[in-house]
Amino acid sequence: MLFGNKRLPSIEAGHYKNTAGSGTEVMPIPARVSLSMSENIGAPCKVLVEKGEHVLVGQKIGDTDAFLSVPIHASVSGTVSSIETMRNAMGGMDTFVVIESDGKQEKDPNLKPPVIEDQPGFINAMRESGLVGLGGAAFPTWVKLNPKNLIDVDTLIVNGAECEPFITSDHRTMLEDADNVIDGMLAVMKWLIAEDGYIAIEDNKQDAIDKFRELLRERGITNIKVFPLPARYPKGAERVLIEEITGKKCAAGVLPASLGLIVMNITSTAFVGQYLKDGIPLIKKRITVDGDAVREAKNVLAPIGTSIKDIVDFCGGYAKEPKKILMGGPMMGRAVYSDRMTLIKNNNAILIFSKDQAFIPEESACINCGRCHEGCPFHLLPTAFADAYGARDAKRLEELQVMQCMECGSCSFVCPAHRPLAFINKLSKALVKEASSNGGK
Amino acid sequence: MAENNFHDGLTVSSSPHLVTALDTQKTMLHVLTALIPSAVMSAVFWGVYPVCLILGCMAFSALSEYLYDRIMKLPNTTKDCSALVTGAILALTLPPSLPIWMAFIGCAVSIIIVKCLYGGLGRNIANPAIVGRIVLLLSFTTQMTTWKYTGFQRAAGVDGMTGATPLGQLFDGAFSSTPGLTELLLGNRGGSLGETCIIAILAGGIFLIVTKIISPVIPLVYLGTLFVFAFIYYLIVPEEGADAFYMAVFHLLSGGAVFGAFFCATDYVTSPVLKKGKIIYAAGCGFFTMVIRLFCSYPEGASFAILFMNIMTPLIDKYTIDGFYGISRRAKEEKKKAKEETGNG
Repeated sequence: MLFGNKRLPSIEAGHYKNTAGSGTEVMPIPARVSLSMSENIGAPCKVLVEKGEHVLVGQKIGDTDAFLSVPIHASVSGTVSSIETMRNAMGGMDTFVVIESDGKQEKDPNLKPPVIEDQPGFINAMRESGLVGLGGAAFPTWVKLNPKNLIDVDTLIVNGAECEPFITSDHRTMLEDADNVIDGMLAVMKWLIAEDGYIAIEDNKQDAIDKFRELLRERGITNIKVFPLPARYPKGAERVLIEEITGKKCAAGVLPASLGLIVMNITSTAFVGQYLKDGIPLIKKRITVDGDAVREAKNVLAPIGTSIKDIVDFCGGYAKEPKKILMGGPMMGRAVYSDRMTLIKNNNAILIFSKDQAFIPEESACINCGRCHEGCPFHLLPTAFADAYGARDAKRLEELQVMQCMECGSCSFVCPAHRPLAFINKLSKALVKEASSNGGK
Repeated sequence: MAENNFHDGLTVSSSPHLVTALDTQKTMLHVLTALIPSAVMSAVFWGVYPVCLILGCMAFSALSEYLYDRIMKLPNTTKDCSALVTGAILALTLPPSLPIWMAFIGCAVSIIIVKCLYGGLGRNIANPAIVGRIVLLLSFTTQMTTWKYTGFQRAAGVDGMTGATPLGQLFDGAFSSTPGLTELLLGNRGGSLGETCIIAILAGGIFLIVTKIISPVIPLVYLGTLFVFAFIYYLIVPEEGADAFYMAVFHLLSGGAVFGAFFCATDYVTSPVLKKGKIIYAAGCGFFTMVIRLFCSYPEGASFAILFMNIMTPLIDKYTIDGFYGISRRAKEEKKKAKEETGNG
């Protein structure tokens, strides 16, 4: 469009969906899992087990009373061999419970499908399930489903966009677990009294779109619609998705619930459907393993806490010397420092790149081309952030609305000078937060 | 843990971990490609010398930047190819018979004074090629306004070797002897190397728009403003022997405005970053081009107009960015509303 664009800006980041056709393979139980006690954005959990204790599958091993938290469950049965402090993938220090598997996978006999009678009962079951937003944010689902203005919520949007390159785990969930997705949606819509449901899927996953349309027709469900999205990045970002589907603008810091919306990841929704049937908490995760340094790219169902190394070994080992390992997609995923890192709940991919693809591009001067602005879904101006950050001008950064940035990485991707704009945005946001906590009130 | 042969010490960097293949160098190579049709047409009209001039300017510009970097002990920046683009654009705005050493002076001014001394690519406040051309025009006025006839014009039996550009003829009150619109479109007329053949410029310009190197906003607004300005002017002050529409088309196709609109005014560094700013900037370019052509003592004013709007760009950016579209306005409204609400409560 020349003088106006109705759709939010997006970029063409490439798809690389190499594993879209490979069905999920269940990984054998690893000899050892290491479970982080801070798997959500809230306070870390307190360890409930002791070294040497025998634990069963699904047994609660960590919990806390703090808000924004969920319990953590053992993903294998066996013996707690150690409780250690280690550097986590975020770079901070974290407590890990290490369980040596006995290979029996004995289930905790207390695990039963939850009996739900009212909305608080549903929220409680969601908390007990250990579910966090599996799209990447790890926001506890029970908090999301319990908004202050429950009465206003009328629409559930389930996000199956999966706009990150390489990742196909949500796609496989949609193809392999579609019934659970719909059951989960119906449960959430029932207990939250939401009338309308949308399943948003990018149009490069036509098989998933067809599958859901057919299933909804078969089951005679009319208040859930499939909403195809253009296959561009970052259409799967919550705030972008909301605007694409409802036309409502959702600024940073505004809860979708205040607009009458609940947005859930498709895998989270499928988990809700499954949990209500069998009562097994979140202890395993479907992830995409891909990248040029892994021998067999595929989708793997692995227990939470499995080390990257074990997962790679299941995928035939390293094809080349790994130089960069990502937890998550290449646009927003986190580069980890070691393959000792273990699978966490909100992981949806492990990408392993050799030195051929893991380079850090050489940065050159800004040529003021404005591509970062044109690519920004929220019409921000990253090049101006970079100037203001260079001057450490928190006030100017705030005026330029840096806090609206969701760190999708589109600006860095399109920059012809290869400037690390998204990184500068993150630093800028930290600077603004620091300035407001120092100077405010 | 002998069996655990872990890989530690991997590369850790901030996301995203993918970047576009379209870097600065490829962008510049796209621009060079887009200039090929104009360069070819200059050879068609004036023979081999224009090609020497273009290649010479490109080489000398790159050499100037290389030497500057060496002398100032800076990293070599020539591989971004921006110096080649500057050299090529400068050459294409020069008359076909300009001595090459004069062109080299223009290149040195463009690269060293206008670009490198300001801190290199991205920091210059004016388009290097435009300033290089203006310095040459003011320094070597005679040679810079000597317009060799094209091969076709001489074959058609014109007297002498050189003549005036169409705008020059108009300026001298000899409108009746200006070429027809077809001739202007094809470029068979006196003028600078790259500016005469409108079709070749459009071919290059459309290539840049289709490959998304430039946005069509600047050329369209620039030429649109120029056209409307000329049309209104000739409605008020009619030219003998032509209607206002013809005159507006004549102004569009004569001189360097089309070349400037696609290749000079669209320079990223010296044009505003937001679309709103680009519209203001391009409208200014069109307006001042016509002001100079109609009311000043030069027959052509595209380069002066673009230079003027170049130096206005920081100002345009300042005001368009501050009055930013989108979330900022919405956030301000929300803040205002929140304030009112708390004030009332």
